[in-house]
Amino acid sequence: MKYVYYPGCSLKSSGKPYEESLLEVFKKAGVEVEELGGWNCCGATAYMSVDESDAMALAGRNLALAEKEHPEGRIEMIAPCNACYLVLMKAKKQIEERAHLGAAVQDAFSRAGMTYRGEVTIRHPLDVLVNDVGLDRIKELCTRPLKGLKVACYYGCQIVRPYATFDDQFNPMTMDNLLRAAGAETVEWTSMKARCCGGTLTGTIDSAGQRLSYIILKEARRLQADVVATACPLCQFNLECYQGSMRKRFDDDLEMPSLFFSQLLGHAMGIKRRKLGLQDMLVSPRKALKACEA
Amino acid sequence: MKSLEIERRIKYESEVNPDFGKEIASMTGGEDLYSCIQCGTCSSTCPVSIYMHYTPRRVIALTRAGFEDEVLTHNTIWLCASCYACTVDCPKEIRITDVMYALKRKAIERGAYPRRFPVPALAKEFYNSVHRSGRSNEIHTVTKTFLKTNPLKLFKNAAMGIKLLLRGRLQIREEKMEGAPAEVRELLDAVRQKRKGLEQEAAKTV
Repeated sequence: MKYVYYPGCSLKSSGKPYEESLLEVFKKAGVEVEELGGWNCCGATAYMSVDESDAMALAGRNLALAEKEHPEGRIEMIAPCNACYLVLMKAKKQIEERAHLGAAVQDAFSRAGMTYRGEVTIRHPLDVLVNDVGLDRIKELCTRPLKGLKVACYYGCQIVRPYATFDDQFNPMTMDNLLRAAGAETVEWTSMKARCCGGTLTGTIDSAGQRLSYIILKEARRLQADVVATACPLCQFNLECYQGSMRKRFDDDLEMPSLFFSQLLGHAMGIKRRKLGLQDMLVSPRKALKACEA
Repeated sequence: MKSLEIERRIKYESEVNPDFGKEIASMTGGEDLYSCIQCGTCSSTCPVSIYMHYTPRRVIALTRAGFEDEVLTHNTIWLCASCYACTVDCPKEIRITDVMYALKRKAIERGAYPRRFPVPALAKEFYNSVHRSGRSNEIHTVTKTFLKTNPLKLFKNAAMGIKLLLRGRLQIREEKMEGAPAEVRELLDAVRQKRKGLEQEAAKTV
């Protein structure tokens, strides 16, 4: 089975290590992906705040592009960023459920040589790896298990809320199960797993936003986690890149490596560090990973 | 010292916009505004309500009562980070995050948002960036937002920016989509106009 890959803007920029490691993991696991040609930004939370029609049509264009490329049958589209994942799903729902919007999309898209058929299913990599590849296969592939590594799995908001499609809304487990299959131990922290990291507020209203990220990191440290694993480029950015600022703001010597789950999984699969973008992190995971290799 | 000047603390009916609630209820996401029972679950589950001028519950009450200025010019709607905690917890299944989006759009449409507040500025810069290139560009969007709202923040975040640049995690050159962004703009214009037309027709027949 071949998947359409919708990377989203962040995976080409601050979330580059996510794309690098994810594609390596997919290769190992036999998940065949092809990047969607001509894709555009999903619109994230900003477009919805400015114009609703624009927001839905902008995201919907990506779905129509995939359908144009694959005119027959159903299409599975992988969206690794939580925001892209939610916005694409929301656009699909709105276009199909709201009569005026749906009719306007059909009309305008067909005049531009595209049709919207509603044949795309949006999938998150966690969903694909757990439910399509399967934990048994993942376990087999992990030749360098993350023995003794304690991971705090942080899911973020938008893959479990408001639509819980592949995981539990209040206590998501897919990432825990994946990393356990990779030999790691995961901490029990139901109350933090899907608590808001602050989103873009970490930059705009930093006193409020960074506090939300800090709460999560502090709890991970209290539970003696060696690393935090994330599944979204914005969560990862907040939980890693603002640590310098948090140290000053909260007068704390906090230092917690925050990685993408795919980097940890790739490491367990024996993929070279360079190929996983591990050297590009601001808080080095070297010590934590070395300890589990020993 | 506290001012002892006497001020009227309530509004007269003539000072509110009686249609404001209905206006918001007619927008996507606002449909269930009038089924709110004011239980306050949203306010208690919201991770940023402690910073808000009005909690989400109060925003719904104010909206329904026509307090347009209070709702649109205060910080509540812009502090919503779209975590959807309220939406999944609401016992009346009101999509509160989408109510906040509807209010944000109304504030931008009316030019009623607080000017130097960085959240609406970021939303607009993000929108402009995607409009131009079909992609969002982190460094451009953030730089422009801070220049317009609080240039000091550029210096505060400079060290982090440099570290990310050195690791190839920020792109100075504006990322562009493959193909013509102008075609995307035309497509969006066409959808918006067609939808408006359909809605106006429907309004006439009611």
